[in-house]
Amino acid sequence: MPKITYIDHQGNSKTIEVENGLSVMEGAVQNNIYGIDADCGGSMACATCHVYVEEKWLNKLQKAEDGEIDMIDMAVDPKKNSRLSCQLIVSNELDGLIVTTPEKQS
Amino acid sequence: MVKTDVIIIGAGPVGLFAVHQLGIKGLKSVVIDNLDKAGGQCIELYPDKPIYDIPAVPECTGKELTKNLLEQIKPFKTEFFYNERVDDVKQDKDNWIVKTNNKNEFTAPNIIIAGGVGSFEPRKLSLKEAEKFEGTSIFYAVKDKEKFKNKYISIFGGGDSALDWALELSKFSKITIIHRREEFRGASHTLSELKKLEKNGKISIKTPCQLESIEGDKNIKNILIKFENGKIEKIKTDIILGFFGLIMKLGPIAEWGLNMNKKTIEVNSKNFETNKKGIFAVGDICTYSGKLKLILSGFHEVALASVECFKRARPNEKYRFEFTTSSKNIQERLGKK
Repeated sequence: MPKITYIDHQGNSKTIEVENGLSVMEGAVQNNIYGIDADCGGSMACATCHVYVEEKWLNKLQKAEDGEIDMIDMAVDPKKNSRLSCQLIVSNELDGLIVTTPEKQS
Repeated sequence: MVKTDVIIIGAGPVGLFAVHQLGIKGLKSVVIDNLDKAGGQCIELYPDKPIYDIPAVPECTGKELTKNLLEQIKPFKTEFFYNERVDDVKQDKDNWIVKTNNKNEFTAPNIIIAGGVGSFEPRKLSLKEAEKFEGTSIFYAVKDKEKFKNKYISIFGGGDSALDWALELSKFSKITIIHRREEFRGASHTLSELKKLEKNGKISIKTPCQLESIEGDKNIKNILIKFENGKIEKIKTDIILGFFGLIMKLGPIAEWGLNMNKKTIEVNSKNFETNKKGIFAVGDICTYSGKLKLILSGFHEVALASVECFKRARPNEKYRFEFTTSSKNIQERLGKK
């Protein structure tokens, strides 16, 4: 199973095996990763699963659709490498992906 | 003080259907919601997105679902209290007393919490120093336009609310609109109007940049914004308006002494009562073994909770299960006979 690494804003990191087809958000929620709230449950409606994706992974991800980009406007401290983790679907290509959670989600 | 059989907190789809399930059993209810209209997440988060898993409704939008639910509960003439957040819940023998931030008071033997993920509140600027200016120089909504006349106003955000207020307030104030990226998301006539006003010098547009810091003691004097390339610019500002959409906050519910599991309330799956007799939690806000956060699950939950509500509200009557197709009582309550 692909390994995804979640780093919190203080630098603590946790690497977890996430099943193909789940989202990076679901991987976090199912494994009690701190810092991803996912209030809307993955319907791209709340921006509380906002993460920063490590730069080298950015172009390996599927491009964000308009709805996601609009939602990221609403996130706390959006940056160039901001994504909503509910929209990142885990696959073998993403094995090793590293995301950092922001200090707060709302 | 308003006396009723059931106080429903939350006017989302599940709260609305609670009115129905209680109503057909002859129970009166009131509904309280922090938003200015019914629908909850369906209206606030995805009004135009299709929903495909409402039984017997192959496809409908959040807006349509809300409209139909409101139609379905019309016969019960329920009173709605919008723009009010429940702050306090107190026990009074077999009854509960609920107080809102608007100083309204309600009493009933039952409370149904259909609060979703909490109450909707405006998302705020993340900059720490923004807090002390909130309500004096920083606002997240415009209630009275008069306050914003002849000022230097910096508006943050890139959606419809930010753009609409930029256009409106530019009639009598100096507007700067600041957004973290170059594209704005608004109706096309709004966008062309914005471009026109920028040309005429009525509005200045700063993108892609974000708020770096605020200067001023009691009132804001200037703000510093940082462009993506690192450049910093100072902008004379009296007032900041932020339009970053809404977030959901659990709020005071967490302090009512209910057994909580993260942001959800623990209930039994027999009648969805919490650890407090007469307080029920249904829909997205409740949790029990096997819970699914689906609208249809919420509908099931209120149907069962309403039976227990009946027993508490009418302790001297026996509850009789009835079908809407054949019960004269129910049909009368629905105004059909």
